[in-house]
Amino acid sequence: MTTTPPAAPAAPLLAVEDLKVSFATPQGELRAVQGVSLTLERGKTLGIVGESGSGKTVLSRAIMGLLPRERATQTGSVRYQGQEILNASHKELRGLWGTEIAMVFQDPMTSLNPVQRIGHQITESLKLHLKLDRAEAKETALSLLMQVGIPSPVERFNAYPNQLSGGMRQRVIIAIALACAPRLLMADEPTTGLDVTVQAQILDLLGTLQRDRQMGMVLVTHDLGVVATRTDDIIVMYAGNVVERAPTDVLFSQMAMPYTEALLRSIPRISNPSHTRLRAIEGRPPDLISPPPGCPFAPRCPYAQDTCHHEKPPLVEGSAPGHSYACWFPLAAPGMAASTSGTESA
Amino acid sequence: MTDTPSAGTAAVAPGLLPTAAGSSGRPGRANRPGRANRPGRANRAGRANRAGKKKLGVFFWICSGWIGLIVLVAIFANVLPLPKPDFENFAAPQNGAPAWGHLLGTDDLNRDIFSRLLFGSRVSLVVGFGSTAIGLILGGIPAMFSAYRRGRVDTFLNTTSYAVLAFPALVAVIAIGSFWGHQLWKITLVIGIFSAPVIFRVIRAATLSYASRDFVMAAKALGASDRRILGREILPNILPTIISFGLIAVATVIVLEGTLAFLGLSVPPPTPSWGNMLNEGSSLLSGGPGQNNPWLVIFPATAMFTLLFSLNVVADKLRSYFDVTEVKL
Repeated sequence: MTTTPPAAPAAPLLAVEDLKVSFATPQGELRAVQGVSLTLERGKTLGIVGESGSGKTVLSRAIMGLLPRERATQTGSVRYQGQEILNASHKELRGLWGTEIAMVFQDPMTSLNPVQRIGHQITESLKLHLKLDRAEAKETALSLLMQVGIPSPVERFNAYPNQLSGGMRQRVIIAIALACAPRLLMADEPTTGLDVTVQAQILDLLGTLQRDRQMGMVLVTHDLGVVATRTDDIIVMYAGNVVERAPTDVLFSQMAMPYTEALLRSIPRISNPSHTRLRAIEGRPPDLISPPPGCPFAPRCPYAQDTCHHEKPPLVEGSAPGHSYACWFPLAAPGMAASTSGTESA
Repeated sequence: MTDTPSAGTAAVAPGLLPTAAGSSGRPGRANRPGRANRPGRANRAGRANRAGKKKLGVFFWICSGWIGLIVLVAIFANVLPLPKPDFENFAAPQNGAPAWGHLLGTDDLNRDIFSRLLFGSRVSLVVGFGSTAIGLILGGIPAMFSAYRRGRVDTFLNTTSYAVLAFPALVAVIAIGSFWGHQLWKITLVIGIFSAPVIFRVIRAATLSYASRDFVMAAKALGASDRRILGREILPNILPTIISFGLIAVATVIVLEGTLAFLGLSVPPPTPSWGNMLNEGSSLLSGGPGQNNPWLVIFPATAMFTLLFSLNVVADKLRSYFDVTEVKL
């Protein structure tokens, strides 16, 4: 409802600067996100990748402003089209939620209200935000259901969530998120709990809708395979830190961070012979209440050396534009071998 | 211009054939959506089948019918061909047994027990449903906001509800009634206020279990206000709990009012209530000859028992009917 003041034309759709989120727990301060910066232009897709507990969901909820204020301390800056929205009042955020920024949640099984019909759940925000009357809202909802690829939308309109399959539900959730034509879509692991073929369909659907509507999209996932072909930029997160950031093609060709490599290795490959052991990453992510002093990945890193355990590596620029990583001994990529050996001798 | 004449003309005039074909084609086309609707009907039938596994049962309908009957009779007691409940009819026998003129007999003041019983149901129902409604408003609405928003207000209300609960409601109601008076609305209000903490606790717990669900977060992320989330997202989910617990609360309150009336601390005589009829009747149980009248105890007690039993059955059947955990989602 509140129209965002047209900021400087250069203002990106979403700009996050040094965002830190911590939770007060009885054991101490849990630092879930430790200084993340990112920008997203309109019509682009940003992938945020990391394993469970790396802070990606907290990051996406912090950007949305959905974290409970009384428990989460958030510092830094989140600008939506130049407007500061971090720690903005709920009233202010409510004007953005749904119409400007929308979110697709992790679990399609629990993200729909079990006692309300699909149609009602879609039309609700149309009536609330766009002030459509019942007939208009229904028409719009049916066309949305059609766009997200739900067969016989007229019948599904009156169905309850439990009458739909997981894939169908996630389509409905996407339809709800897109109802008011947001400019920024946050998709938090939109395909968790869906089988692989449906996963691909949902991701393709999101990609298509994002291109058609020129939305900015943040795709949060633990699966590098998911973001490989569907994003413009990728951020790899580990223990609340950005450990590598690059345009998608650069990331896959000049991977510098051992963690990124380990993530990629832990994806099963169809070309492998059967019974190949999956190369899981040994160990567990570090404790976020008292993180180790050095590189957070050092205890699990096969290349870790003394420096790694004592000093935290800063995020440094790589050779390719837009590529940066936080690693003392980046993987030897062509063209970077010299700098790597230089660091090692130092 | 219906189908039947056009079908007839088609046989007579060949020139009309195309139109006849057209008009007979239309119903055909209309049939096809009809066929397409059939899956919908099958769905409905399917839902009926699923409900068939989980029926409310005949017993439920008997019990809710009984409650409905008592409510109707209480509302229309004035209109029914009954003697006035406080009419001391000296033509009638004193402490009479059930007979044609007096279906359930008469009491020691020659009043018709049947009439008194029907009018007495008003007191039980008004106090029962009225107090519960007051309790739901005073306890339920704050409970939903409290559980959804949490924070200090929640802590405060939570503690307050424990504090009020710690005080025995019956003693409090007796104490307040003794200096404030025993009018029906006062009794209803006081019991209503004292039922609020229990209702608060139940609804708070029910709301809590939904407040952190993903769909609530999703609604929030779509820009729904707190009131909207509570009303549209959470309330429909906790409604089964509210209804079944509400009915149990009605039953409990009726017992409480009966207790008060039996002690002579509810609506003062000559206004009949089941409780004060029991009170009067109890003194006639072991009286001497001519002072013995079991009917004055049997009928109000039966009425109260069947009403309470029905309320409990209805509440329990509804609870298990709406219990989602029993159905695989």
